[in-house]
Amino acid sequence: MLLGNPRRFLDATGKVLPWLAVATAVLFAVGIVLALGVPPDYQQGDTVRIMFLHVPAAWVAMMAYGLMALAGAVALVGRHPLADIAVKTAAPLGAVFTALGLVTGSLWGRPMWGAFWVWDGRLTSFLLLLFLYLGIVALANAIEDETRAARAAAVLAIVGAVNLPIIHFSVQWWATLHQGASILRQGGPAIAPVFLWPLGIMALAYTLLFATLWIVRIRTAILDRKANVLVATGRA
Amino acid sequence: MIAFRAVMARDLLLAVRAGGGAALALAFFAAVATLVPLGIGPDLKLLARIAAGVLWVAAVLAALLSLDRLFQADFEDGSLDLMMLSPLPLEALAFAKIAAHWLATGLPLTLIAALLAVAYGLPPDATGALVLALLIGTPAVSAVGGIGAALTLSIRRGGLILPFIVLPLVAPVVIFGSGVVVAVLDGLPSGALLFLAAFSLLAVALAPFAAAAAVRLNLGS
Repeated sequence: MLLGNPRRFLDATGKVLPWLAVATAVLFAVGIVLALGVPPDYQQGDTVRIMFLHVPAAWVAMMAYGLMALAGAVALVGRHPLADIAVKTAAPLGAVFTALGLVTGSLWGRPMWGAFWVWDGRLTSFLLLLFLYLGIVALANAIEDETRAARAAAVLAIVGAVNLPIIHFSVQWWATLHQGASILRQGGPAIAPVFLWPLGIMALAYTLLFATLWIVRIRTAILDRKANVLVATGRA
Repeated sequence: MIAFRAVMARDLLLAVRAGGGAALALAFFAAVATLVPLGIGPDLKLLARIAAGVLWVAAVLAALLSLDRLFQADFEDGSLDLMMLSPLPLEALAFAKIAAHWLATGLPLTLIAALLAVAYGLPPDATGALVLALLIGTPAVSAVGGIGAALTLSIRRGGLILPFIVLPLVAPVVIFGSGVVVAVLDGLPSGALLFLAAFSLLAVALAPFAAAAAVRLNLGS
């Protein structure tokens, strides 16, 4: 556990963080320029550009949940304070990326489907994902004791992780209008390479953005705890 | 086994007697089911179409109404601490409490739903399907709700957070539960009942462990 010690975590991430932030900014700049440079889609026209903001947000929202549940498992099994903090801090971030995915999807849906919202399988399961995230945030905020709050959030995150595939499947079964998977599928991507490059770069940019924000939030939480301890022991 | 039965009998008695909330949950269920036609209009054809969805949503909400006290009451008066000291594993205790909750709310809700379904103009075969679906699906609501109740047991306003964290988790129950009835109405074959049963079994089997973990972390041991 190289980064297990909070002090070592602060030292290591303090060095990496500026580079991570710069890389995120550069990737976003390149990705957005490329996304604006692609030719309009023959069906979707310029609306296709929303995809470069929408798809990576949805990917990162799902990845964030996976990472949060993983941190939750480490927190419960390893009883590690850093994992506790990681769970609590990941939930609001995941909620924001989920909301971003929903909003951009809705803006794309208005011209394409003729409605801001349709009760389609993926949209609905994403809305439920947002509620799951918000439930974890609410639970973690409602419990005063920090360790208990984090562990409760961890239990809920894991229960949600077991349930998410079932929710996704049941909602798919219920109704579907959203297009099927077009990147990771048998027979290769169904998207022209012109679109694939900016999408890949934007996906990387979003992922780094999440990593940067997560690390900042974890660092802030560690420092906050330190400050609280100092105040409580009367040394500050 | 004696301890298990004792916990279940105690919880059942507490739920059924005055102030226990089981009767209130039933009254809430009936009131919501009565209010919906008042809002939508007395068109029986439309009501029959939405009956399964309305009754499922009302049943889930009614079950949640009495869930927040599942562990909280015992936590506040200290009996949960004593129960943890007993030789009965915490998982078994959680299972007994979930089972008692289902017997006190889920089962009676199912029976009343049969009456309400007739009032909604649901044909007999669809009513049968609804009752069967509720019978199979409501244990999952009690089980998943039990996890939520254990997680929120130390929160003073836990009753407000509980529905928020439980409702997304029981979405599959509502989807498959009303899907069973809609398939019967449309005369289509559907695997919804099997999916519902699978979800219910999974929830009932795993929930006691998650609920026990939640109780443990809240009692700080």
